[in-house]
Amino acid sequence: MTRIAASRAALALLFLTLATAVPIAAQNLASFEAKTKVHVLQNGWTFIIVERPAAPVFSFATVADVGSAQEVPGITGLAHMFEHMAFKGTPNLGTTDYEGEKKALDALEAAYQAYQAARLSPHPDPQKTQGLLADFKAKQQTAGSFVVKGAFDDVLTREGGVGTNATTSADETRYFYSLPANKIELFAYLESERFYHPVFREFYEERDVVMEERRMSTESQPIGRLVEQFTSAAFSAHPYHQPTIGYTSDLQSISITDAERFFRTWYVPSSLTTAIVGDVHAETLIPLLDKYFGRIPARPAPPPLRTAEPPQVAEKTVVLDDPSQPMYLEAYHKPASTHPDQAVYDAIDDILSHGRTSRLYRTLVRDKKLAVEVESFSGYPGEKYPNLWAILAVPAFGVTNQQVQAALREELEKLKAQDATDEEVARFKTRSKARLIRSLSNNQGLANQLAEYQRLFGDWRELFRDIDKLDKVTKADIRRVAAETFRSENRTVAMLVNHAANNPANKTGDAPQPATPKGGN
Amino acid sequence: MTIRTASTLLLAAALALPAAASAQATHAEDLRYPPLPRFDIPQPERVVLDNGMVVMLLEDHELPLVEATAIIRGGSRQDPADKAGLAKLGATVMRTGGTQTRPGDALDDYLENRAASIELRATEDHLQASLSSLKADFPDVLRAFADTLRHPSLDARKLEVARNQAVAEVARQNDDPGQILFREFRKVVYGPDSPYGRTATFASLGKIHRDDLVAWHGDTFHPDRVILGLVGDFQRDDALRQIRNAFGDWPKGPAWTQPDVPFRKQPSPGVWFARKDDVTQSFIAMGHLGGLRSDPDYYALEVLNQLFSGSFASRLVDDVRTRKGLAYAVNASLDSDYDHPGLAYLFVSTKLQTTGASIDALLEESRNLTAQPATDEEVNKAKQALLSSFVFNYDTRREVLRRQITLEYFHYPLDWLARYRSAIESVTTEQVRAAAHRLHPDDFSVVVVGPAQGTDKPLTAYGKVTPIDLAPPAHGTK
Repeated sequence: MTRIAASRAALALLFLTLATAVPIAAQNLASFEAKTKVHVLQNGWTFIIVERPAAPVFSFATVADVGSAQEVPGITGLAHMFEHMAFKGTPNLGTTDYEGEKKALDALEAAYQAYQAARLSPHPDPQKTQGLLADFKAKQQTAGSFVVKGAFDDVLTREGGVGTNATTSADETRYFYSLPANKIELFAYLESERFYHPVFREFYEERDVVMEERRMSTESQPIGRLVEQFTSAAFSAHPYHQPTIGYTSDLQSISITDAERFFRTWYVPSSLTTAIVGDVHAETLIPLLDKYFGRIPARPAPPPLRTAEPPQVAEKTVVLDDPSQPMYLEAYHKPASTHPDQAVYDAIDDILSHGRTSRLYRTLVRDKKLAVEVESFSGYPGEKYPNLWAILAVPAFGVTNQQVQAALREELEKLKAQDATDEEVARFKTRSKARLIRSLSNNQGLANQLAEYQRLFGDWRELFRDIDKLDKVTKADIRRVAAETFRSENRTVAMLVNHAANNPANKTGDAPQPATPKGGN
Repeated sequence: MTIRTASTLLLAAALALPAAASAQATHAEDLRYPPLPRFDIPQPERVVLDNGMVVMLLEDHELPLVEATAIIRGGSRQDPADKAGLAKLGATVMRTGGTQTRPGDALDDYLENRAASIELRATEDHLQASLSSLKADFPDVLRAFADTLRHPSLDARKLEVARNQAVAEVARQNDDPGQILFREFRKVVYGPDSPYGRTATFASLGKIHRDDLVAWHGDTFHPDRVILGLVGDFQRDDALRQIRNAFGDWPKGPAWTQPDVPFRKQPSPGVWFARKDDVTQSFIAMGHLGGLRSDPDYYALEVLNQLFSGSFASRLVDDVRTRKGLAYAVNASLDSDYDHPGLAYLFVSTKLQTTGASIDALLEESRNLTAQPATDEEVNKAKQALLSSFVFNYDTRREVLRRQITLEYFHYPLDWLARYRSAIESVTTEQVRAAAHRLHPDDFSVVVVGPAQGTDKPLTAYGKVTPIDLAPPAHGTK
């Protein structure tokens, strides 16, 4: 039901749960390859089909190679806004009369552009603006009268669709759901329709919904507020500094015209990948894909991103005064996740923060009791371009960010100065193999991963090659990458600090005073 | 890889062919679907050990993994009032403290070196222990699992780590408006003294000592209060032998009596307001106690929930989100629980300027459930949605096993899922309309979390407003 704009790493930030241990053992990957077919349409759309007939159901994920990193000032939030619009139907779905609706939508957009120009004029005339707003609202009513409510979701729900959702990150926009196996043609119909000729009906109503989403997930959560400030500080030039949800002023300004241009530029078939996993049969499915998705004409590839983040030369610190408990985040720039060293960053993550054997758990949580949760992750806010390796720590009650910081830094220095142990190295290799095996047990999870690897690497097999890369990581690699990465001038620190509660003169502060109860034994 | 019979495969292929050969559809209504291939609900085997422990097994040979889940009678609703948090701390320390023969740190190393896991947690109405391991390690990990349940060391040092984490949670309990809303809504609806509304405090956590955990473990963990489910890549005979070896000599405990848990039976209409100035939305919940899954109108309520808020085209979501653009998050459910009343609630979060408009919309949609009763078309569509997606209730064996141990725990019939399908099929429009009378908007408790200034309408418009104190928890023991 919810459509959340968040990258994987941001989700990790939001769920402050203890990372529990995970999975091992070599699998016969050749057998997986044998039941996997790749089909590329003439227009460039890539399909990955995995036959997994354990139950008469299937799941799919469509990944569009476009995210908020493709936005420029003025249209931030548009990639995510488009994601919401992809559920609004087509000329064939969601309207009582498309001819009439089309005229009403054109008139609506003309009215919006007139209102927008008046509102943003350097010398606005309030009376004129009000009049244009009233005209826009009236045209909104007219356009709304053609809408068949929730038509896209309605047909999907009625036919047994579950887990319908979509996500937008800095890198990509992903659409997914599951259906009973006999409804495969419905999938082909709906999924091709919405990327063939989407209709941006109810655009301005949905923009209000997205602004509520921003208020809820970014503005009303301490972690949301901190992460937004942190992200914009960590990148000075690269669009990764922009919030995926968008700036409020841009959300108030993006228009149907913007969305149409965005769609034409970025949603070209060669930028789309769909992975389908479940009780499907490639030989009957492929003609269906040709028939439905083949309707979409090929279009030129979108332009590459020009701006690269310059090397960081000064440490950056963000302090957010907030009426909440403290929170600590520190991050370092690293290469794109397609870089060969990504496996080394994964190894560092595992050694530092995965499970109860991890160094940060044992030192900060178990022994020093400075934190109640510490998690490191790489690939924030995206993976396609050079990105961040970060640690989020939740200080224990009565503990300051500075105490946590000192203890964290000690552990990072240790990674540079001393080799990891044999046991640590063996453990992350075992765990990454097991994690891969466990990830194969779920149609939707598998579809997501295959589509994502295909998008990022141009080959889904990289999902399995990750294991070989991890197997080759050495203790020397870990020390080298730690030394290259954990440098003060490569660092951004973000802290949430409650100044009111920390000031002893201010007893009416919103946060509790340290008075940790100690239980006896 | 589970291999389906060749005949089923051929049938499915044959049925799919005409679709591929036919013309491309222009409208969704033009599509015709072949019937879903026959797919029966997998049935776990149920075995009762001599000491009363119930074991359910379901083989699944697709991947070289084994998972076990044990449900144990107990839960946080049985915590003594002044020691709220006991079951939660107990469950954590049983695992982190290790066993009498293997200290917690050694257990952590042992499991994580094998990419295996054992975890315990307490919910309000049960305790749960889970195991996941690669097939090759399963026999050993199962022994560690049994040892954890039977002979935990309950190490005092690990109690301090767990307490530290629980204290931080209390300290942070007023940082997230959504968390505040649901905690306070439960307190208002179940009643301030009900274990279903109670949460741990600094004071209650401070009173929990190692001796309490030892006594709690001794009282709670007996084989005849355990239901163990096993799913994965094992052979039934081997697994059963390993389970008997690990658990067979565990002596039976005293007879179990269902706890009598108090909660407020009468509704508490009114408005409660928790002031939180650092957010840009009002977070709103309204409702009252719900029902039980064993209630005769449970199935009619399922259909009602579907048409009320089960999809984007449902009454509530279409009105509040799609048409009015008032909220990103809006939902509702007339929830039924297994052995105590669930909550019937509506939820929305909206900007301050539309706080009153959103409350009005939720109240209006609630009243419309009876004022504009469900139509045949709405009911048929909702039933069709529940029935077409029914296969997702048993499309993985893990899901099937998890449901079966839950049904066993709450004494529900083990063929509940099959009954569910036919019961939904036979729900009538009249029954859905009657079930709508389970919602009583005039009895709603309305809880609002958000800033005091800037709303479009005063909360007093909805009844007497009782303030909720979000003062720093260090200052009180509420």
